[in-house]
Amino acid sequence: MLLIPCPWCGPRPESEFRYGGQAHVVRPPDPSAVDDAAWGAYLYLRDNPKGRHAERWRHLHGCGRFFNCVRDTVSDRIVASYKPGEAPPS
Amino acid sequence: MGEAARFSFLSLLRHGLGKAWDRQWRDAQPKAAYDVVIVGAGGHGLATAYYLAKEHGIRDVAVLDKGWLGGGNTGRNTTIIRSNYLQPESAALYEHALKLWEGLAQELNYNVMYSPRGVLMLAHTRHDVQVFKRHVHANRLHGIDNEWLTSAQAKAFCPPLDVSQGVRYPVLGAALQRRGGVARHDAVAWGYARAASAMGVDIIQNCAVTGIARDAVGAVTGVETTRGPIAARRVGVATAGHTSVVMAMAGVRMPLESFPLQALVSEPVKPVMPCVVMSNTVHAYISQSDKGELVIGAGTDAYTSYSQAGGLHISRETLEAVCELFPSFRRLRMLRNWGGIVDTTPDRSPIVGLTPVPGLFVNCGWGTGGFKATPGSGHVFAATIARGEPHSIAAPFSLDRFVTGRLIDEAAAAAVAH
Repeated sequence: MLLIPCPWCGPRPESEFRYGGQAHVVRPPDPSAVDDAAWGAYLYLRDNPKGRHAERWRHLHGCGRFFNCVRDTVSDRIVASYKPGEAPPS
Repeated sequence: MGEAARFSFLSLLRHGLGKAWDRQWRDAQPKAAYDVVIVGAGGHGLATAYYLAKEHGIRDVAVLDKGWLGGGNTGRNTTIIRSNYLQPESAALYEHALKLWEGLAQELNYNVMYSPRGVLMLAHTRHDVQVFKRHVHANRLHGIDNEWLTSAQAKAFCPPLDVSQGVRYPVLGAALQRRGGVARHDAVAWGYARAASAMGVDIIQNCAVTGIARDAVGAVTGVETTRGPIAARRVGVATAGHTSVVMAMAGVRMPLESFPLQALVSEPVKPVMPCVVMSNTVHAYISQSDKGELVIGAGTDAYTSYSQAGGLHISRETLEAVCELFPSFRRLRMLRNWGGIVDTTPDRSPIVGLTPVPGLFVNCGWGTGGFKATPGSGHVFAATIARGEPHSIAAPFSLDRFVTGRLIDEAAAAAVAH
């Protein structure tokens, strides 16, 4: 079980959280302006990297808020967590 | 000496007295070029190579693996076989596989220990009952066996099952596919490897693909590997959980997420489980191997990972469910648990077919249930590679369905909650 650092509540066990998939996936501002390939890519294509991954989590059984984590998908070690709207640490 | 004599009682006796067994397939060294390169020597990749050689006469084939043959999900799954999927496209694909399973040991002259002992899927809520009955009716319309059992009939079919109604999730009934069952997962890889190798296919282990080479118009010209470049105009990717990583080498983003999926086995006991039991609602699936171990499948972790190990709380949840369904198993100790990396698609259906890169083919997205499809997957993927166009059964499972929106939703039939 991961120990996940919520930016508001501090480190809490994974069972308090809900995983939200890849972070920073931007919805096309005008969906009718993009073609099927671009819309399909927004809906379905994901990086799924072996290594550093920026991802969304929600502290469902805590403060209820969304935030982002950078995690290594091989070691599962969480490198950083940060608030929505912030850029991922380099 | 004929093939049949190789594993006779006499040969067993002779080898039991100290004679070493011969290699069952050649330990091939990579050549500079092949007609077709298959990436991934798991069940799907080996089956693909076998059917390329057998049905399409394409024998100049290499199957590359970064580790050892059958060392990924082929050797890590819970060996369950069934074809009771909901949508017509899936029913056709999985039933194609099931029909091949029925003759596979004879086809390969290798005992894959296919055992159609019945797969029982438990319904615990009114919603489950409605969904499973819908599956039963849909399957029967497609000519696929599936039947509805009351809880008493389920108890008669699987005596260790507790069907008392006072528990948290009582068994309200079950869907039974009698032709479903299990097979020996390693034997499937070995059988396909031996048969493919005998027809000239090179199986090259410890040979990781590090790049996909392309020409000026973007078509595939070969692969870069840890054992040097290998030229091929057709490359088939069958790398399960690592598909996104391999496809990224050709600049193709995939609609996949890779999750760890766990399984575990108990200490071996005398025969107690006559069939396979699956429960989506309490999340457990269980059968008994011929060695006597109870083989138990747990769920996926909540987050994507390549760690090949899952969280302990995931398998704990499954064991709690197993103990409630089968009170007599409570005192069993678990011997081992492990994880495999499964690649899941948004609609829980696989992707088999062409890619935007000419000469590059992909067979992935089998998620938590790829083992059951092994022969059918290899068969239609081989045809797709040989002809350069999708096999009719594979056609609906194209990568571009994520552009057209023609998804094949099997979230209910895929059994494992993702």
